[in-house]
Amino acid sequence: MAYGIRLHVWGERACFTRPEMKAERVSYDVITPSAARGILEAIHWKPALRWVIDRIYVLHEIRFDTVRRNEVESKISASNIKSAMKGAKTMAHQIITEERQQRATTLLRGPAYIIEAHFELTSQAGDTDTPEKHYNMFLRRARQGQCFHRPYLGCREFAAYFAHLDPECEIPASYYKDAEEVDLGWMLWDMDYTRDMEPAFFRPIMRQGVIEVPDLLKEGG
Amino acid sequence: MSNEKIFQPIQKRYDFTVFFDVTNGNPNGDPDAGNMPRMDAETGHGIVTDVCLKRKVRNYVEIVKGADTGHGIYVTEGAVLNEQHRRAYVSIRGDEEAKAQELKPKDKSEAHILTQWMCSNFYDVRAFGAVMTTKVNCGQVKGPVQFTFARSVDPIFPSEITITRQAVTQEGQEKEREMGRKHIVPYAIYRMNGFISAHLASKTNFTDEDLSLLWDSIVNMFEHDRSASRGEMTVRKLIIFEHESPLGQAPAHQLFDRISVEKAQKDADQPARSYQDYVITIDQNQLPAGVSIIEK
Repeated sequence: MAYGIRLHVWGERACFTRPEMKAERVSYDVITPSAARGILEAIHWKPALRWVIDRIYVLHEIRFDTVRRNEVESKISASNIKSAMKGAKTMAHQIITEERQQRATTLLRGPAYIIEAHFELTSQAGDTDTPEKHYNMFLRRARQGQCFHRPYLGCREFAAYFAHLDPECEIPASYYKDAEEVDLGWMLWDMDYTRDMEPAFFRPIMRQGVIEVPDLLKEGG
Repeated sequence: MSNEKIFQPIQKRYDFTVFFDVTNGNPNGDPDAGNMPRMDAETGHGIVTDVCLKRKVRNYVEIVKGADTGHGIYVTEGAVLNEQHRRAYVSIRGDEEAKAQELKPKDKSEAHILTQWMCSNFYDVRAFGAVMTTKVNCGQVKGPVQFTFARSVDPIFPSEITITRQAVTQEGQEKEREMGRKHIVPYAIYRMNGFISAHLASKTNFTDEDLSLLWDSIVNMFEHDRSASRGEMTVRKLIIFEHESPLGQAPAHQLFDRISVEKAQKDADQPARSYQDYVITIDQNQLPAGVSIIEK
């Protein structure tokens, strides 16, 4: 596996929402490959490349917590904006006091992972898009803590901190290093944007704290 | 600052930390716990959610800017005055439908126009982003400004205070007064870390002027949010790490680690009851090149 990278990510909280529990958000036990991809893309991405998550190391114990917040029930309606654009001086605002929903979020506490990934060039790669170039760009950014936007653990309020892990560095011991096999059930792998955002699922098995992630999308997305 | 610069999106990455404190008040009630101050049950630390603080920023901008063009607040509290009747929907395609909710922008370009219009008219959409009902990439605008949960520096000890009212709600009651409850935190200092991405700023056109308004609104967010339940809340320190480029020069966690909060020596074993009981220090030594610290 040429050009593999390892990124240590951690934060105070995380919520990798299960799609079947979206109203009262409940997080998966561990980070999904799609959220991990989002973190890498927050550091470096171009349409010319596709990040592929190979392995996820779960470092800390899986612990949950709940937070209930006031949320807005509706989204901005595009038609309202259109009529306002046509000259309505004021537009119908969202009035939070009338559209309030109290929703609980079941989130993860103190998550920490190591994401092992590589990238593939897509059909959009130009002549100047060499793997070396993008690999070095990512390394430079990850080492210096540079990012396109602050990566996050599932939701933007759960900011992620990250540090690059050099290949010769030892991987920190996982809380689950003695757990032979933990079946985490069916989990979202990622969205397939080539097929109208169809979700793809896989069955992660955590062995000694490590999850092997398959690549369900062999052709460049 | 020249006028031209004011209307350009910001060009730098910012990581910031806000310290605010509460005296005899409830900074953020927990609907799951009968409006007790939010707490981390395991550690006893107090929590104030990101959305709570965003609300304060929105309210401040609404007060300061009024209906100033370009500084509308989309997610408002309470009644909106002078709201015009919604005009009959006339779509760009020319058909009129009563059920406007069913319509979606035709394509990416139209969605983009709508999004840009929202960004240029509403400060909160420009700063925090918004989700619109479009099929195109969920129609999400990611705003450049990212807030996180604030956490108290030390565990909090909320107390419940029972109060009486010398009047009753309903007629014909035997009693002459009613009891009520208030939850307060005697004193606690909270810390919130936030981030601003220059790249996302260019997408919503979040300008330097917007940025200075954001700093003002953070510094003053509790000055116009007085109420019986809040007690005294004050923003004590806003520490901004300004990078010289959009990508930044240093990992955020290393910058945040430069800020330490200690109990003052004289009564370190006593529970804190005022801001003077804490000392906040910022390690200015060997700052990474290209990072500067701004305190407000």
